[in-house]
Amino acid sequence: MEERIIIVGAGQAGGELASSLRKQGYKGRVLLLGDEAHPPYQRPPLSKGFLQGKLSLTELYLKPLATYERFDIELKTGTRVEAIDRATKEVSLGDGSRLAYDKLVLATGGRARPLNLPGLEDARLENLFSVRSISDVEAMRGRFVPGNRLVIIGGGYVGLEVAAVAVQLGLHVTLLEAAPRLLSRVTGPEVSSFIERFHRERGVEFRLSCEVRGLELDEARRQVRGVSLACQGAPERLEADLVLVGIGLIPNTELASAAGLAVDNGIVVDEYACTADPNILAIGDCANQPSAYTGGRIRLESVPNAVEHARVAAATLVGKMEPYAAIPWFWSDQYGVKLQMVGLSTGYEQCVTRGSVDGKEFSAFYLKDRRVIAADVIGRPAEFMAARRLVSSRAEVDVTRLGDAAVPLNSIAA
Amino acid sequence: MTKIKFIEADGKEHQVEAQEGQSVMQAAMDNLVPGIVAECGGFASCATCHGYVDEAWLKKLPPPDSAEEGMISCAYHVQPNSRLTCQIKVTPALDGLVVRLPVSQTSE
Ligand SMILES: Cc1cc2nc3c(=O)[nH]c(=O)nc-3n(C[C@H](O)[C@H](O)[C@H](O)COP(=O)(O)OP(=O)(O)OC[C@H]3O[C@@H](n4cnc5c(N)ncnc54)[C@H](O)[C@@H]3O)c2cc1C
Ligand code: FES
Repeated sequence: MEERIIIVGAGQAGGELASSLRKQGYKGRVLLLGDEAHPPYQRPPLSKGFLQGKLSLTELYLKPLATYERFDIELKTGTRVEAIDRATKEVSLGDGSRLAYDKLVLATGGRARPLNLPGLEDARLENLFSVRSISDVEAMRGRFVPGNRLVIIGGGYVGLEVAAVAVQLGLHVTLLEAAPRLLSRVTGPEVSSFIERFHRERGVEFRLSCEVRGLELDEARRQVRGVSLACQGAPERLEADLVLVGIGLIPNTELASAAGLAVDNGIVVDEYACTADPNILAIGDCANQPSAYTGGRIRLESVPNAVEHARVAAATLVGKMEPYAAIPWFWSDQYGVKLQMVGLSTGYEQCVTRGSVDGKEFSAFYLKDRRVIAADVIGRPAEFMAARRLVSSRAEVDVTRLGDAAVPLNSIAA
Repeated sequence: MTKIKFIEADGKEHQVEAQEGQSVMQAAMDNLVPGIVAECGGFASCATCHGYVDEAWLKKLPPPDSAEEGMISCAYHVQPNSRLTCQIKVTPALDGLVVRLPVSQTSE
């Protein structure tokens, strides 16, 4: 019998793994199972160009269907895996059928964290959205018309990207954030205020240090009419034609935990993407892995991580064993300006900036022990690549030269 | 159909049929050409679709815009003929294009 690899989840990581296996010369069967109606697609444009109507559906697809056929990747869309039987090495599907595997890879991603407010449990609200999938965007697009009032709950990247698209399309946008500043978990105060000003100048209103108290529904309990909140303690009510919730992701780990695999903020894997079961791997947003960069464990939600993790898993599956060693990085796009982040700024001692906070271009470098551990680069792509190098080499830097925009960044390392 | 040849750093060649209007990067992705990663999906944000375009062809391509120039200037293994393949649109005039790929898109 030919060896068979089953990949659960036809997203960015699952799709990359299937291609990677073929690129690495894997000859056995590859089954890629996904519960969505679409072949693997890119999610980043969902909150950017696709919402804006600048990209078509097929432009989101990572590869045309013909590619899967040609390379003998058995892609089954609309197919949900319900359970894993580790003893018989089988998965069971939504229609009750079972499929046997030799190796199983969980690439199940995550789902949007729901708004946890009392009294909403039974309501099926037609104008309350999150953005995780194509169908989410298709559902909300019709309401992205000039003049509509959009309230966004959550000031992370997805919320900010949607805010940017929405004001450009002529909506009135108010963004609510629980923390006193935007992106507080991932960036320093300098970048938070830069981004806030950037959005304010283009018409986005903010409520920071804001607590959402409740949603006002219409009589049929199908539409949100308003959001009640308290901003720094002061109560307020905002009228809304639509509400977007962007408050993070819950990793899809239920299949793994039901099968008895360790789960701790993600499916626990080693540096080769393996769980404790030698026949089961996990990759991408759903996996919690050791990080050579932090020295601890980490679960990342980014395309670069999904792609790199898939390559590591492919190497493991063909017996090459290459540990995950990449440094986290991420990009975003707002109003056509690129934001690129590398490393994790947690625990930094000093922030050095280049460029002016009042302009359109700005970089912030986070230092610890005179070494750059992370950087946020806005509108300065050449600096981003140099910043990646500084972070990966962990070279000591001269702080005054680093802060002097006239000194080329790639000459900074001491 | 426009034929494009990708040559991996170790010399392995991949001849692909590209569709007019798609990017050279996407043509590589559709054909599972190893050596192009394309993490950002073609938005000139990652420089992991970097390729070397032969001198003669380089002259026939529109020059890089500032975003491409910025990303390419500090990519890994840059040469004077380095381009981001996601920023090159396939046209019939590119029939026979040869793109060589760097040793690695993600490290020195
Ligand atoms: C709106 C938005 C914008 C983003 N922007 C950026 C960005 O600018 N830059 C960046 O780096 N990253 C961005 N990301 C994050 C990035 O898209 C994710 O990190 C990446 O998609 C993770 O890939 P994955 O394969 O792990 O998960 P996913 O791509 O989520 O794929 C998981 C798939 O598995 C399916 N699935 C789950 N359970 C089952 C089951 N039991 N059976 C069958 N199928 C199942 C899911 O339906 C899904 O299709 C963004 C994400 C979103 C939602
Ligand atoms: S695909 Fe990212 S720069 Fe070309």
